[in-house]
Amino acid sequence: MSKKPGSRLMKWVVLIVTVLSLALTVWALFAGTGNYFVLNPKGPIAEGQRDLIVISTILTAIVIVPTTIIAFIIVWRYRDKPGRKAKYDPDFSHNNLLETIWWGIPIVVIFILAVVTVRYTYALEPSVALKSEKEPVTIQVVSLDWKWVFFNPEENIATVNSVTIPEDTPIRFELTSDAPMNSFWVPQLAGQIYTMSGMAMTLYMQADHPGTYFGSGANFSGEHFADMRFDVNAVSDADYRAWVDKVKSESKPMTMETYQSLAIPGTADKQSFSSFPDNLFQQLVTKYLPGGLADNSNRATHTTPQTEINEKESEQGQSDMGTDTKSNNEHDGLGTDTQEGSNN
Amino acid sequence: MAQAVSQNDHGHHDHGHHDPQELKMLGFWIFLITDVVLFGTLFATYVVLHNNTAGGPSAHEVFEMPGVIAETFILLTSSFTSGLAVLAMNKGNVKQLIAWLIVTFILGAAFIGLEVQEFVHLVHEGFNFGTSAFSTSFFTLVGTHGLHVSMGLGWMILLIIQLSRRGINDVTRGKVNVISLYWHFLDAVWIFLLSVVYLMGVM
Amino acid sequence: MLENIKEFASEFFVTGDPLIYGADVSIALVTIAIVAGLTYFKKWKWLWRNWLTTVDHKKIGIMYILAAIIMMFRGGVDALMMRTQLAIPNFEFLHPEHYNQVFTTHGVVMILFMAMPFMFGLFNVVVPLQIGARDVAFPFLNSLSFWLFFLGAMLFNLSFVIGGSPDAGWLSYPPLSELQFNPGPGQNFYIWGIQISGIGSLATGINFLVTIIKMRAPGMTMMKMPMFTWSVFATCVIIIFAFPILTVTLALLFLDRFGGGHFFTLDGGGNPMMYINLIWMWGHPEVYIVILPAFGIFSEIVSVFSRKKLFGYTSMVFAMMIIAFVSFFTWAHHFFTMGSGADVNAFFAISTMLIAIPTGVKIFNWLFTMYRGRIRFDLPMLWTVAFIPAFIVGGMTGVLLAVAPADFQYHNSYFLIAHFHQVLIGGVVFGYFAGMYYWWPKMFGFKLNETLGRWSFWFWNIGFYVCFMPQYLLGLMGMTRRVSTFDWDTGWGPLNVVSTVGAYLMGIAFVFQAIQIAYSFKYREKDTTGDIWDAHTLEWTIPSPAPEYNFAITPVVDSRDPLWVEKQRRAAGKLPKKDAKPKYEPIHMPSNSGIPIVFSTFFFIAGFGFTFHWVWMAVLGLAGVLACMVVRSMNDDEGFYIPAEEVEKTEASLRGTL
Repeated sequence: MSKKPGSRLMKWVVLIVTVLSLALTVWALFAGTGNYFVLNPKGPIAEGQRDLIVISTILTAIVIVPTTIIAFIIVWRYRDKPGRKAKYDPDFSHNNLLETIWWGIPIVVIFILAVVTVRYTYALEPSVALKSEKEPVTIQVVSLDWKWVFFNPEENIATVNSVTIPEDTPIRFELTSDAPMNSFWVPQLAGQIYTMSGMAMTLYMQADHPGTYFGSGANFSGEHFADMRFDVNAVSDADYRAWVDKVKSESKPMTMETYQSLAIPGTADKQSFSSFPDNLFQQLVTKYLPGGLADNSNRATHTTPQTEINEKESEQGQSDMGTDTKSNNEHDGLGTDTQEGSNN
Repeated sequence: MAQAVSQNDHGHHDHGHHDPQELKMLGFWIFLITDVVLFGTLFATYVVLHNNTAGGPSAHEVFEMPGVIAETFILLTSSFTSGLAVLAMNKGNVKQLIAWLIVTFILGAAFIGLEVQEFVHLVHEGFNFGTSAFSTSFFTLVGTHGLHVSMGLGWMILLIIQLSRRGINDVTRGKVNVISLYWHFLDAVWIFLLSVVYLMGVM
Repeated sequence: MLENIKEFASEFFVTGDPLIYGADVSIALVTIAIVAGLTYFKKWKWLWRNWLTTVDHKKIGIMYILAAIIMMFRGGVDALMMRTQLAIPNFEFLHPEHYNQVFTTHGVVMILFMAMPFMFGLFNVVVPLQIGARDVAFPFLNSLSFWLFFLGAMLFNLSFVIGGSPDAGWLSYPPLSELQFNPGPGQNFYIWGIQISGIGSLATGINFLVTIIKMRAPGMTMMKMPMFTWSVFATCVIIIFAFPILTVTLALLFLDRFGGGHFFTLDGGGNPMMYINLIWMWGHPEVYIVILPAFGIFSEIVSVFSRKKLFGYTSMVFAMMIIAFVSFFTWAHHFFTMGSGADVNAFFAISTMLIAIPTGVKIFNWLFTMYRGRIRFDLPMLWTVAFIPAFIVGGMTGVLLAVAPADFQYHNSYFLIAHFHQVLIGGVVFGYFAGMYYWWPKMFGFKLNETLGRWSFWFWNIGFYVCFMPQYLLGLMGMTRRVSTFDWDTGWGPLNVVSTVGAYLMGIAFVFQAIQIAYSFKYREKDTTGDIWDAHTLEWTIPSPAPEYNFAITPVVDSRDPLWVEKQRRAAGKLPKKDAKPKYEPIHMPSNSGIPIVFSTFFFIAGFGFTFHWVWMAVLGLAGVLACMVVRSMNDDEGFYIPAEEVEKTEASLRGTL
């Protein structure tokens, strides 16, 4: 290799840029107040997933780390330099033993990882009920443009962009969408699951400790997707009862009209409702079936959305209003798949 | 250097010359593979969606088998006559070749005519493209086959013109072989259509 | 009347954003400059004869690569706009609607209009030369493929100034991409832009498959093919099985939007999950389509620059074919969270992990090719060496993502974003850069400037890690992909700043490359050897750049590294110092044709008509397409011959033996 002009300047610049970048990264690591949610689970499902992440990282590291070290050694040792003494063997291009080793090691590691993965896949299957002495609490979730609506059928209350659950109790989330597909993710409690129109998905999770947990929509669903955040408040049983009573006594009921105006594309603040229309969730799941909400014959009951609720629309959201809901109603909504995730 | 590499020339190789007809035949076979994947995808879509009638008519309510069976016989016969065309070509008989191609063309056109008639009838019955997922996938799958046949018909006209102008030579021989292959392929696709769409639909 | 025109124009042209006005002005100025320049220098005829109508694989390859670099600029600007928007919490640089368009076009442009043409460009430049062929099997079809790609890409890019860009993500999942939620023309641009160029890609797949199967030099058995050619073979096999699925999927989405169909709609019994399955049945093999040629490039370079034979040739071939096969059985790992159940998830988790085995074997083989070698760090080798750690980390996180239950936590997060950028940049882009630097002398007859190349190399590499490493952490912090902004309370701010800095470092690196290319053209030193790297394969036996007929005399091959073996024999005195005067023969050449560009333009017109529901225009375009096919079918031009004397003269002047 010949001496390149300007290579000293380059060395300095590269060094300085690298050091500055590293310094910036170190600063960011300590300045950032972000919580590594996935690595700080607060419920059994998320804990299982964290464990699996750790196990799989270690297993892959068994191969990756030595390989990286070997790579550096080889590249360093055999670089072309005058007077290089390392062995040079241009015809060394085949060796059964070596090749068997590096077909063999990945096969063994992947085999172990596959066994672990399959066991966890069944253990953490989101639609399987959690083992607990307590009866699970069912919460129904609907993703809208661009907000989350939670129905609590046992207490007959509803909330928007926030859900309160009792701690140490399995929660059975039933999820659907009345808008483009989204994904329901509370990283500290459980991994995500898609919400899709025309079908109900099931996701079990449980919070082992009281607290407010970060939740968000994870699958892109249009303009204000970034605003689809929600809180999961896990509280003690007593606080849970008190909260339910408070909502019951202090909030307004959700009527069909209220829901219709919530469904208009736009963002929304946290809200709560003392009741919600009977079977609304099932009606939304079967919306596009013959006779469903989107069908012509049912239309008369919900063609006049009220806009007086305490929804704070962003300006951009307003501009989209109307067009989407209109097209919803104009279609002769008919049947769609209602089995849970029967895509395969 | 290239010259040096070629010192031990085996001698049988005609300087960089590959038989263009041979290349075209292989290329066409590979094209047919892609077409198989294309139809396979459409079939898969149809199979997934064929029960989603959305309150509209279902398969056994709309399919009328007599027309479909007639279409089948016509297309099978045309496949046979396209084979006869190739035989005529191999004998070097241009007139016979063109005659069989014309017969094949007429049969293919009759097939398309019947299919169009079937579609028009279905639409009049209220079973149109946008009725349901079932109707959409049905029209798309059968229509794509029909479109392939129609393309083949246009191609056949061009070929007949070329044959009458230039007679049988390497180029036209290659083209006749390719279109015959294409025609048999469409025949095979139709057999699958008949079984998966029509027979399983009315059963 | 005037009001009508105004109203039409305000909907037809994208308005209201200063960035877009700026882009409009610069596009107009560049177009005027190009047209004026061509007219002033009287270059129109030259352009038409030498480039637009050419069927020469080497020129087509150069045009592909040029288009890819332009598209990389566009996709890169998109990337920088996104990273700027995300640098600060609650930043209002891009409106959410605009941000959604930018990430959509970034993805589409980078995969389909940057990586694919870059790859096809290298196929075109290298494969016929590497196997000792005159051209590809179907030169006319090759030209058609290029123009279909190019005009498809142009149609897609037109959405930037006319009608509005698509904004439903690079794979446009319904129902978001359906008429119900996305009524504008942007989504139609998406469908037609990709559809038109996709047909070109499919044709290229067929073309190179036939070329490789049928047109290898005598003596070159399949197991003596250079590794790059093997990778092209594997890629083409994937293309012919995967691309028809894309064609159908886009057509079905189009029928939903245009014809009122119900494939993927919510109502009428449609099934959006069907689309998600179909698009990934193409989409997953697609990522192997772009990565396998990069593997081939690394294999070539690592052996040449280590002055060694490639280690484990047979293993490499098997590994590649296994990857090609298994790549069709992993698609569902893109939606483990769609509720398919544990059985399905377990199957696809395992099939995905299996891919790691042959990939790992390839890494080891590259490492042991360097082992006991003499490694020269020219630019191609630098990129190859940089690829290895990048791909080791990217591959490792890929295996982590394959662990289905854990994927419930990674999915749709920045962890995923970091992973696929790490493999796509660290694998594909580094690979294609390595290939570009390696074969540049064969394309143009001179090397790209080493110093500027190193500047670019270091900025790329530092920027790459600075940009994407923090994104793994952001994913674990719960940051989801495609968010247009985030709140201060998330605590994601500082790491996002770091990531943005990294992106800009890569932007600087790209500028260095642009300067490098311009500088190298200006101060080029002609390579007279034809074998500038002391390489092993046939393309280096002929002068650089290759004469239009490639090989004056078809080479005969008896080993995997024919040129290397020949040089060894020569050094050992087993070959005569001076070659015997070869006997030249006339060489058959295909004629240029204007049909491909006209055909593709009609296709473009049809696509544009469908985009705006102007049926007359669509019909006109399709009629033009059919007319081109008729003209082509009736055409009996059989090409021409270059006389032996002319071949002899050209050879003598190129090899300097006159």
